[in-house]
Amino acid sequence: MRFPEWLRGVSSLRDPRLRHAVLTLLLLATGGLLVLAAAAPALARHAKGAPVVLGGCAAASVLIAAGAVGGLLGGPDALDLPFGPPWGPARVAIDALSAWFLLILGLAGTAASIFALGSLHGPEAPRRLLPYPLFLAGMAVTLLAADGFTLLLGFEAMSLASWVLVAHEHEEEEANRRAARIYLGFAGFGGLSLMLAFGVLAGGAGDVAFAALREAPPDGWRAALVLALVLAGAGSKAGLAPLHVWLPLAHPAAPSHVSALMSGAMTKVAIYVLARFAFDLMGSAQPLWLGAPLVALGAASAVIGALRANLEEDIKTLLACSTIENVGLISIGLGLALAFRGADLPALAALAAGAALLHALNHAVFKTLLFLAAGEVLHGALSRRIDRLGGLIHRMPVTAWAALAGVAAAASLPPLSGFASEWLLLQALLASWRVGDLAFQMGAAAATALAALAAALAAAAMVRFWGLVFLGRPRTPRAAGAEEGGRLVQAALILPAALTVLFGLLPGVMLDLAEPALRLMTRAAAPRAGFVAIGAAEGGARYWPLLVALLLAAAVGAVVWAVRRRAPAGVARGPIWDCGFIAAPHHLPFGDPSSQPTASGFGQPLRRMLGTSLLAAREGVTMPPPGATAPAVLQSGFHDPALVALEGPVPRWRDAAAAQAERLRDLSIRQCLGLTFGAVVLMLALLAWLEAR
Amino acid sequence: MSFGQLGYDVAHLLGGGVLLLSFVLLYQRRIGAVINAFATQGTLLALAAAWQAHAQGAPGLYLTAVLAFAAKGVLIPLALHAIVRRLNLHRSVETALGVGLSMTAGVALVGLSILVVLPATEGARALAREDVALALSVVLLGMLMMITRRNAISQVIGLLSLENGLILAAIGVAGMPLVVELSTAALVLMVAVVAGVFAFQIRERFDTLDTGSLEEHRGEGR
Repeated sequence: MRFPEWLRGVSSLRDPRLRHAVLTLLLLATGGLLVLAAAAPALARHAKGAPVVLGGCAAASVLIAAGAVGGLLGGPDALDLPFGPPWGPARVAIDALSAWFLLILGLAGTAASIFALGSLHGPEAPRRLLPYPLFLAGMAVTLLAADGFTLLLGFEAMSLASWVLVAHEHEEEEANRRAARIYLGFAGFGGLSLMLAFGVLAGGAGDVAFAALREAPPDGWRAALVLALVLAGAGSKAGLAPLHVWLPLAHPAAPSHVSALMSGAMTKVAIYVLARFAFDLMGSAQPLWLGAPLVALGAASAVIGALRANLEEDIKTLLACSTIENVGLISIGLGLALAFRGADLPALAALAAGAALLHALNHAVFKTLLFLAAGEVLHGALSRRIDRLGGLIHRMPVTAWAALAGVAAAASLPPLSGFASEWLLLQALLASWRVGDLAFQMGAAAATALAALAAALAAAAMVRFWGLVFLGRPRTPRAAGAEEGGRLVQAALILPAALTVLFGLLPGVMLDLAEPALRLMTRAAAPRAGFVAIGAAEGGARYWPLLVALLLAAAVGAVVWAVRRRAPAGVARGPIWDCGFIAAPHHLPFGDPSSQPTASGFGQPLRRMLGTSLLAAREGVTMPPPGATAPAVLQSGFHDPALVALEGPVPRWRDAAAAQAERLRDLSIRQCLGLTFGAVVLMLALLAWLEAR
Repeated sequence: MSFGQLGYDVAHLLGGGVLLLSFVLLYQRRIGAVINAFATQGTLLALAAAWQAHAQGAPGLYLTAVLAFAAKGVLIPLALHAIVRRLNLHRSVETALGVGLSMTAGVALVGLSILVVLPATEGARALAREDVALALSVVLLGMLMMITRRNAISQVIGLLSLENGLILAAIGVAGMPLVVELSTAALVLMVAVVAGVFAFQIRERFDTLDTGSLEEHRGEGR
């Protein structure tokens, strides 16, 4: 018997009072966050106010994580709150699916809050302090909601609170204002799409309680419409292509702990909404093709995100692009699970859904870690640009080694957490031939190739990120004088780093913990593969992370031992061969920066290979005229086609529509009356037509 | 009440008369004739209200009938005639839709309102259903008159005849409180007063009653 199962077998955990206690605990933590938000403006005036608010956020996040584990081990519970919208109570509930994502929120929130607490210096402005607890509370409400109204309330609170945080430095740079503007546009669009999705799903009855929605699952064009609206709404929040353009803009503008939460938790909340719709509210009798758009969009996001991560020169933008890639991989997993469920292959559906859930958790933990490390680099070396960093491992060892754990997981190297979930995902993709439909098989084969390409590109991006930032020599004096943060900051980095290693070594235990969620989504459990392993199927391929870790450790140990043994006694250190560098001039005490690879130089091969077609990358050399002493200039760049489309035709259409609407102002009185009359007659005609049907 | 009974037939006849006068208002070009047609419509409306008071046994409706007759059958037409005389508009002929076109549009609107009302009021009394259909037609024809005329006086008459339609709907429904009708009647008087003042002001400033001349004097965007 395996660990979580054994724990579930303990009779006291089956007590319904415990389930009530778990839900009450989660609600109290959420309520506490709301109280903190309400008290933040008053507390911000006191010197001890900001630590109280951020410490309270950390405590509430720990409670949420604990409650989530309780929810996964215990069971579902629901409650009607004594208040709510005018037409009924606000309904909250916890089941395995929401508990899994609450665990993600709790872990990311804990690390981010501790980091924020540790990087406090002096008083904090209320407009930075107030939205943070509100942001956390909005995500918790979204996850706990059991009716459409409460879910949208939490979703919008989350969007707006994070918008305030993205816009916190709006007076300093035009880029921040643009990022906040685009972010707000996407937030409004997403909320509106989800509202329409609930409307279409509820139909004429208009009851948006989840229990009522489950009673009447949609079919045919209504199911397609609901899925399209949810993909537009939740997909734009999660960062699915082609609605991903806000991520690389908004993440650098937000404070680092908020970027960590946005990437680690908020995109996962959006994925939760997607999963809640696709696997729960829309019923289990959906056809095979429902998963196809998820797989296609996921594959596109994965490739675009990973490729952009190789080309960006700002570390937080780079990490945001890597988030797009990982959201794409999670979406592929969810789409495959939907397709397998539609093709009546429950075991494979559970495998794909397990890969998606596990990757959501792993990505949340390591991306939180990486954003916090980027924030610490920004704080220590005062820059986010790779070309102004370098050699930080000497000055910031804790940050560097913690970031290495995250980077290795993001590059999906065994035995870290990213490998386990991506391995499961590839196993699910490779098993997709068992769906009988030929078109789906072809599509899945293409998606497999794209997912593998994305994984390789992500590894290259992570090597570039860690290598250029932490290795080599400092490129600026400020980077050479970088300093490590305080104890709390280090703790906030070490906690997710340790979890990344732990989840990497024990993926089987985590998968067992997720089992009730998988049963809820696919009516089946993930395949079993023994205590410390995960497997693709009963008796199929397996992965033993502990064994891999031992083998790696043994190999490294053997190499070290052999080198030590073969080395002659009395080693003398000589000057390092400098590869023929000319000594740097005196005004550059830390070496000539141009003698190290630059961020764009490192990305050049990929930009030439893939960027020209996918990202409209261009390169041009301007030669000086013969005889002139000016240097030749190499210019290169790229842009995201989605952003170009968003900022090109869309504003043009908006302006044209506004110009047309402006003409209404010049109408005469009779024409205005005529418009009213026409509208009345049109409505009456519509009514007559509807009655005649 | 049902078909073939006296109560039904008289109510139907009076409602139809109100609607018929709306058609007259729609194509009549001479301003004096328009006002006379409006006075006749008000009188017919008062008769319809009195008949409903008798048929429903609701004495409150007699008050409505008296008010309608006094305001719409006598006072407002007299005031409008006075305005026309003072502004010297007796002989003026104004452009309106042609007879054929306005009749076609009017018939189409009546057809539309019957198509809308009859299915929507299934289960109600036959009289109420017919009455509401007639009333909606009168309202729509009043709106149509407002947008096809250029003269301020004719536009005011369009608005007042639109309001006649509302009263026609209100008296057809049993149990409408008297307060509603009284306040509506008061409102109509206020509208007539304001409109009269407006007509004088427009004439004084611009030397015409054509509301098109107002367009040149809007203070925005120019």
